[in-house]
Amino acid sequence: MNRKKVMTTLATAATFGMLLAGCANTAAPEGGSSSAAGGGSAINIPALTSIDTPKDAVLPAGDGKAKCADTTTLAYVGAQTGPNAQLGINIFNGVQLAINEHNAANPDCQVQFKKFDTEGDPNKATGPVTQATKEEGIIGVVGLPFSGESKATGNIFEQVKLVHVTPAATNPGLTTNGWTTFFRGLGNDAVQGPAAATFMTEKLMAKKVYIVQDDSEYGIGLGATTAEGLGDALAGTDKVTQGQKDFSATISKIMSSKADAVFYSGYYAEGAPFDQQLVNKGYTGTFIGPDGLKDDQFIKQAGDASKNAYFTCPCIPGELLPTFAKDYKALAGIDPGTYSIEGYDAATVLLSGIDAGNQDRASLLEWVKTYDKDGLSKHYKWNDKGELQSPTVYGYKVENGKILPIGAIG
Amino acid sequence: MIPSILLAAPPTSDWITLDFAALAQNFWSATFDGLTFGSIYALVALGYTLVYGVLNLINFAHSEVFIMGCFGVWFTLSFLGFGPSNPNLAVGAIVINLLLALIVGILASALTAFILERVAYRPLRKRNAPRLVFLITAIGASFTIQYLIYVWRGAVPEQALTMFKVTPIFEVFGTYIYNDQLLIVTAAVIMMIITERFISKSRTGRGIRAVAQDPDTATLMGVNKEKIIITTFVIGGVLAGAAALFYTMKIPSGVVYNGGFILGIKAFAAAVLGGIGNVRGALLGGLLLGLIGNYGQILLGNSQWTDVVAFLVLVLVLLLRPQGILGTSLGRSKA
Repeated sequence: MNRKKVMTTLATAATFGMLLAGCANTAAPEGGSSSAAGGGSAINIPALTSIDTPKDAVLPAGDGKAKCADTTTLAYVGAQTGPNAQLGINIFNGVQLAINEHNAANPDCQVQFKKFDTEGDPNKATGPVTQATKEEGIIGVVGLPFSGESKATGNIFEQVKLVHVTPAATNPGLTTNGWTTFFRGLGNDAVQGPAAATFMTEKLMAKKVYIVQDDSEYGIGLGATTAEGLGDALAGTDKVTQGQKDFSATISKIMSSKADAVFYSGYYAEGAPFDQQLVNKGYTGTFIGPDGLKDDQFIKQAGDASKNAYFTCPCIPGELLPTFAKDYKALAGIDPGTYSIEGYDAATVLLSGIDAGNQDRASLLEWVKTYDKDGLSKHYKWNDKGELQSPTVYGYKVENGKILPIGAIG
Repeated sequence: MIPSILLAAPPTSDWITLDFAALAQNFWSATFDGLTFGSIYALVALGYTLVYGVLNLINFAHSEVFIMGCFGVWFTLSFLGFGPSNPNLAVGAIVINLLLALIVGILASALTAFILERVAYRPLRKRNAPRLVFLITAIGASFTIQYLIYVWRGAVPEQALTMFKVTPIFEVFGTYIYNDQLLIVTAAVIMMIITERFISKSRTGRGIRAVAQDPDTATLMGVNKEKIIITTFVIGGVLAGAAALFYTMKIPSGVVYNGGFILGIKAFAAAVLGGIGNVRGALLGGLLLGLIGNYGQILLGNSQWTDVVAFLVLVLVLLLRPQGILGTSLGRSKA
């Protein structure tokens, strides 16, 4: 018996070795049904090194003469932990920076900052939002970052007339709920989807694009607008779930569709392992993700596979604004990420309202409604639904393990 | 985890379509992937089956025994310098590294299973607690271990690791078989065969079967019941640890505090499908569940259906054969 066991163990080890040897010596075969989807990405779009930003941007510091009660509080509600936490962390560090600058310049108006964690999960978001709305000192909120949680909680803000500016939620449907307290500080996916489609077919020269979307509010909405923009170039679609880990069935379908570009409509928590598994299976085309994927975490989690990735994002590359980038790094210890500057700008809109004497919920809401000034990233003026006028979408690429902006794409 | 599945918004239009063309086109790749995941389910399923056979206890904390193995594997490989990118190591180096990770994974899982048995179940046995109490304890232990890991590592999955380059080795029916698929299926089947032999031929195995059949008589015949029980837990742990290596190989981003939950449920379902308490049943159930999930997913054109299809089939099979496909038979000589 014992000898038999030893033998079998040896056999196992030997099989192990043989299989791995097989992999090292066999070059990947060409063509065939399950490998080698079409052409690689020989397209090289140079990275941007500077961007034009508004000259007369309103800054959080103001004139330094602001006066306010020391209970005046702004809040961030959104992910601080959870699978996509980094997208939230980028934002609240931007908000924190704006508030720090404001408070340093205005000794008589020390605005407090409170954070509430939703983990980015629509099912968990109502608790923290209710808590925030019950604190009377809180007169304005930056958040919520994700579309699903924004949809789940908009009514709670509406009931107490608490103004909230989202620096990241892009689902177009959010502004069709009749809410008067919801303001979107960036372009939505009705803009991003078609921009992404044009970017893929015209800049990246993709012939057949496969769209994979997750089951979030955001993923479904953006998947639809992108598919519409692609028209005939759409090779197929598949749906995955948030929290899914194994994408082999979806990958088989992509491989047999011979798509040369894959658009993943969702967040990096699934997008990164998806890209990694896709490339591991021999996919050689390009991979395009929206703002939910555009984070260093994507590169960290996908590793070498991320070399094939491009991103679209209705966000401004804050890292190209020298002063902002330097101050942000001093505060957070890392370079500004996706939506850091949008978070900073959203906080600035609220802070300038406080400085102008709008120090309760009703008057601050009124302030945001009629706001018409430049921010550091762009001009801020909302229509009656809470959408920005003339938002911009940027393209980004991965180069040497870094995400670099490649210019406006729509 | 459960709520996000239950509350997932139903797609608005044509929410069920059967895509036979896609299934035909992807049949073999779905088969090979299904078998690969099926063998991982089967390895974990054995842990459920053995413990159930011996104690009539559904050890819900077995999914955490498994995830601890994943952490063991992950820590070993990170320590050895593996990262998300292909390490480009020579074959010999990969084998040594993976064997090391396998050993640590097995140790981590086996140790967890051992401690679990000692801390959670043995005191209950000593006090002759009713069976329901064991079940509740199992669920409690599962959550306790999960959230201990959560407090320790947080909710963000550990960084993905690539162990070696996945490459096609040969072609069958116009579809490539990849080195990782072959490795996982072969190694898992060999391990299951060893386990099966061990239980049907060795002295300890005979003890396990004796206790499964009739604990009191077995004790009278000189079998050390406590020793047999702890051995059973440890064997389950060892197999879960091996499954952990293969799982991390396939799903590099799966190492997270609740990462064992769904896999645990599926493995449990596999055990029930094949016939809980039956070693061969676990293998059969695992492979079937892996295949059915993959086919269903492609047929219905949507990854969101994998689990639904798998469990639907489970329900149907149990309606016709409540004892599972091969029946429950750990106690009988067939093992």
